[in-house]
Amino acid sequence: MIAVVLLCLAAFLVIGVFGAVLARSPLGTPFVYGASAVVSAIAAIVGLMALARAPSTLTLPLALPWIGAHFRLDTLAGFFVFVVNLGGFGASLYGIGYGRHEKAPWRVLPFYPVFLLALNLVVVAADAFTFLFAWELMSLTSWALVVADHHGADNRRAGYVYLLMAALSGMTLLLAFGLLAGAGGSYSFAAMRAVPPSTGLAAVVLVLTLIGAGSKAGLIPLHAWLPLAHPAAPSHVSALMSGVMTKVAVYAFIRIVFYLLGVPSWWSAVLVLALGGSTAVLGVLYALMQHDLKRLLAYHTVENIGIIFIGLGLAMAFRVDGAAVGAALALTAALFHVFNHALFKSLLFYGAGAVQTATGARDMEHLGGLIRRMRFTSFAFLIGCAAISALPPLNGFVSEWLTFQAILLRPNLPQWAFKVMFPVDGALLSLAAALAAACFVKAFGITFLGRPRSPAATEAREVDGFSLATMAGFATLCLLAGIFPGVVIDGLVPVTQALLGAHLPSQIGLPWISIIPVAAARSSYSGLVLFAFIAATTSLTVVAIHRFASHAIRRGPAWDCGFPDPSPATQYTAASFAQPIRRVYGATAFLAREVVHMPPPGDMGPARIEKSSRDLVWDFAYAPVVRAINVSATALNRLQFLTIRRYLGLVFLALVGLLLTLVLWQ
Amino acid sequence: MAVIDAILVQVAQMALVVALAPLLTGLVRKVKARIARRRGASIFQPYRDLRRLLGKEVVLAENASWLFRTAPYLIFALTWAAAGLVPTFSTNLAFSGAGDLIAIVAILGAARFLLALAGMDIGTSFGGLGASREVMIASLAEPAMLMIIVALALMAQSSQLSTIAIFMASPAVGLRVSVALVLIAFAIVALAENARIPVDNPATHLELTMVHEAMVLEYSGRHLAMIELAASLKLLLMISAIAAIFFPIGLAASGAGSAAYGIGFVSYLLKLLVSAALLGTFEMSIAKMRVFRVPNLLGGALMLGLLGTLLLFISRGL
Amino acid sequence: MLKTLLQGLRSPVTEPAPPADPELLALAANLDEAARRRLGRSLAIREVDAGSCNACELEIQALSNAFYDLDRFGLHFVASPRHADVLLVTGPVTRNMREALLRTHQAMPSPKWVVAAGACARDGGAFAASPSCSRGLAETIPVDLYIAGCPPTPNDLLKGLLALLRP
Repeated sequence: MIAVVLLCLAAFLVIGVFGAVLARSPLGTPFVYGASAVVSAIAAIVGLMALARAPSTLTLPLALPWIGAHFRLDTLAGFFVFVVNLGGFGASLYGIGYGRHEKAPWRVLPFYPVFLLALNLVVVAADAFTFLFAWELMSLTSWALVVADHHGADNRRAGYVYLLMAALSGMTLLLAFGLLAGAGGSYSFAAMRAVPPSTGLAAVVLVLTLIGAGSKAGLIPLHAWLPLAHPAAPSHVSALMSGVMTKVAVYAFIRIVFYLLGVPSWWSAVLVLALGGSTAVLGVLYALMQHDLKRLLAYHTVENIGIIFIGLGLAMAFRVDGAAVGAALALTAALFHVFNHALFKSLLFYGAGAVQTATGARDMEHLGGLIRRMRFTSFAFLIGCAAISALPPLNGFVSEWLTFQAILLRPNLPQWAFKVMFPVDGALLSLAAALAAACFVKAFGITFLGRPRSPAATEAREVDGFSLATMAGFATLCLLAGIFPGVVIDGLVPVTQALLGAHLPSQIGLPWISIIPVAAARSSYSGLVLFAFIAATTSLTVVAIHRFASHAIRRGPAWDCGFPDPSPATQYTAASFAQPIRRVYGATAFLAREVVHMPPPGDMGPARIEKSSRDLVWDFAYAPVVRAINVSATALNRLQFLTIRRYLGLVFLALVGLLLTLVLWQ
Repeated sequence: MAVIDAILVQVAQMALVVALAPLLTGLVRKVKARIARRRGASIFQPYRDLRRLLGKEVVLAENASWLFRTAPYLIFALTWAAAGLVPTFSTNLAFSGAGDLIAIVAILGAARFLLALAGMDIGTSFGGLGASREVMIASLAEPAMLMIIVALALMAQSSQLSTIAIFMASPAVGLRVSVALVLIAFAIVALAENARIPVDNPATHLELTMVHEAMVLEYSGRHLAMIELAASLKLLLMISAIAAIFFPIGLAASGAGSAAYGIGFVSYLLKLLVSAALLGTFEMSIAKMRVFRVPNLLGGALMLGLLGTLLLFISRGL
Repeated sequence: MLKTLLQGLRSPVTEPAPPADPELLALAANLDEAARRRLGRSLAIREVDAGSCNACELEIQALSNAFYDLDRFGLHFVASPRHADVLLVTGPVTRNMREALLRTHQAMPSPKWVVAAGACARDGGAFAASPSCSRGLAETIPVDLYIAGCPPTPNDLLKGLLALLRP
């Protein structure tokens, strides 16, 4: 099995080379994306098959000669290979159509397949060197894609911040693996797993992993690069970064914390729960304040990562107390959400890309009314919005429902911290879900409904068939995963079994195709019955109305309170839509302030409203770090202009210093 | 046999909720009128209003999209489906396993999602205003509702509404602090969800105070009838849920004879009467809040729900 | 507070319905009978002030109070013409309100009726000589029913509106 995956990876490399060669020919775009789609499809199927097989390993004499490169495809890796390549398949298919509008394809085509390779490589790596190599490759290729459109100053800045954060994440993971390898010095995962670290060491490794994987995933307060970088890339790459790369970071966290570290200490679970809860709520609050469609989606990635980490934190908490079934339920919920988010976030980014192709705008304040010009895109986008807002019978609801079931499970947890964190995380999760619905009413309502706010939106045209087919496919998957959640849960059984030694009962044979995580008396949900039920009530209603009610219908001007209203500027905008929420939540979260300056009575001058808000995380966590790096870089800059003599002197001094340290150490 | 029984009850319930929903709205209006010492409209007036709307033409704005035209049916159907899952006179519902209380709330959330979108479809400022305020209120009411569910589910060891109802009817409940907290929170949420005073005024004509009404300003004829009926249905649903959870007296269990169903039916009607009287009285004795004071009220409900849950995490007996 | 609430237990202060006015009933009988039957005992009213002196509005306002209680007949005021069956117009229709009035009428779904309340809406009333007003509502939109008076009393208004309801 693993050999097939590695062959796929080699194929990606070859496609990347071809991409570099063909980049300037018109054949380049269809070839690179078409071939990537085929290879991704194969790899996805292999990943799916790996769920039912024993782990397969392979060591290749690559990298460092005396270590070799270890690869392993177990069930966890299989699941993530599936998710990665499902997203990769979608993005590639979408790219065939979307890539035609690319202004400089030679900046995208060589890196795109290599990015896919790196994503896969992280997942199948089974030693620290290979893992870190793949991790850095993933960072660098995605960085290249982020700055593909480097003409905008915003994009260059996004690339800069992203590179800094990627360096931080690589460094912390390097340290984490270094500590895990310990005195034994073996860098293969199998050896690390065999010798669990001491409690103190495990704590340090966990914190380092949270920084390393968390910053890649977008955990608050390490998220600030994400909403800058993800929207800057071409839309199908944005979909990959948001839908897939953040999942690879989640994979890294699970691999290290659940696979390598053994049973966690209670405070680490509390830490993850706290981070997850605050990330979920703050992420969606940030998202609500955006009026750039892609940036809004990127902030929602932060929110969903929070939801996933709530699930992971719950699983860790259950694990601390040896409640294996609870841990399995929570981990299943988190992994289900990984899968769901990969689906609907990709779908939404494809939709945003379609909007950008059709209108050239990402700013919602220049959009509107697209539902009448882009029927298919708007419908698919609506499905994505409903799914991410956790509305039944779509898939987003199921994973959040499972997370709630894990909270409700409440065994008699002895730790007081859990007694507080469980309900608080429940509240934060529900707050995030409700705010997400609000945010997607805004995203869909402002972008697709109402009247067009710009000439470009008035003349928007539906996008190409490849893009539409991809969106239709992903929307269908969202619906199917919501209606048949039992299939996904059963698919996750081997993963939780391998990691935790427990799994949820098999769901497929249950009557009514319902899912019952623990016991029927506790809770059950049947997406299919609910869907059929809603479909039945809907058709009954429609039939009854058409049978008994008047059929008369007339089109007329919109009700404008009696006065013609020719300007679309009188509609609610993205900013005005979010104003109540900004006022309710933003006052504390962003120090949002609104001051109205009224002219004195009798003065005919205009009244003015001043709005201000601050990103506290940026102000207090990022700005100082960026300043410190800049100052020290300027200071070190002088070292570039020394004479040979001084360089030699520096080397000599460094040697002496090192020797002295060594002497003093012993 | 048991399955057939449950399906029959389910069908009866579906018919019953639609049949009774306008009556409940009429009752509340009657109570409010009598407190104002008016004679008030007949309690059957909502039926007449619906009939009138169904007989009328639909005027669509020129730029109305398919979403605007389909939303009323879907909103009603979703609300109806949710109402079909809440025990009214019997807990023996065929589909109650299809969704627990969380799913019911989420279905209502889906209906609201559509209503807010439909309000924004035409592109008038009122629609946007209503949608924006509605989602702001929902962003607080929904978490509060979920915390209430969590507290209830922890007590009953189940999030299935029928199981919760059976548990609350059993002596195992005893006297609990969290039940009281949750009841208050539930009542506040129910007021907010149904756009009642003090959160919203169902009878307002002043555009500036509108929330729900502003979203449906563009609807006419049969579309409006669907939305009005859905609103009545939602009120009935919320009251039924409160009745089933906190006053589960007389609910017929599965396997009960026809006499038990009769008792369940009569006691359900009585509960509706009492709650209509209480709701009307409450609405007449309080003024509508400013929009930006509503978050304080709902935030209070959220905190009450959270407190109830916390207590249950600390001790199962509280 | 409690005292106010307890008043609800006492009998309503609403006055009995005004006797039907045969003249108005005869007028209303000419209206589309089928449409009236379709709507039944329920009517939604949208009021438009087309430049009145607000005397009519004061009387219309009184319809909703406890003494006249419009509600009991199934009549109520609505916020949007989309919800309305009856367009109740007061005032002589000033030039500035003409378009708003037309748009309101156009926004209403049929079957719909137009009721002109007060002397101004009938023929311009006290403002008939003004160059900025038309001579009554009929110049702008076809009127189905006139309610006379300057201003018409609430009882007059009730009689007129009740004539529209199917008996």
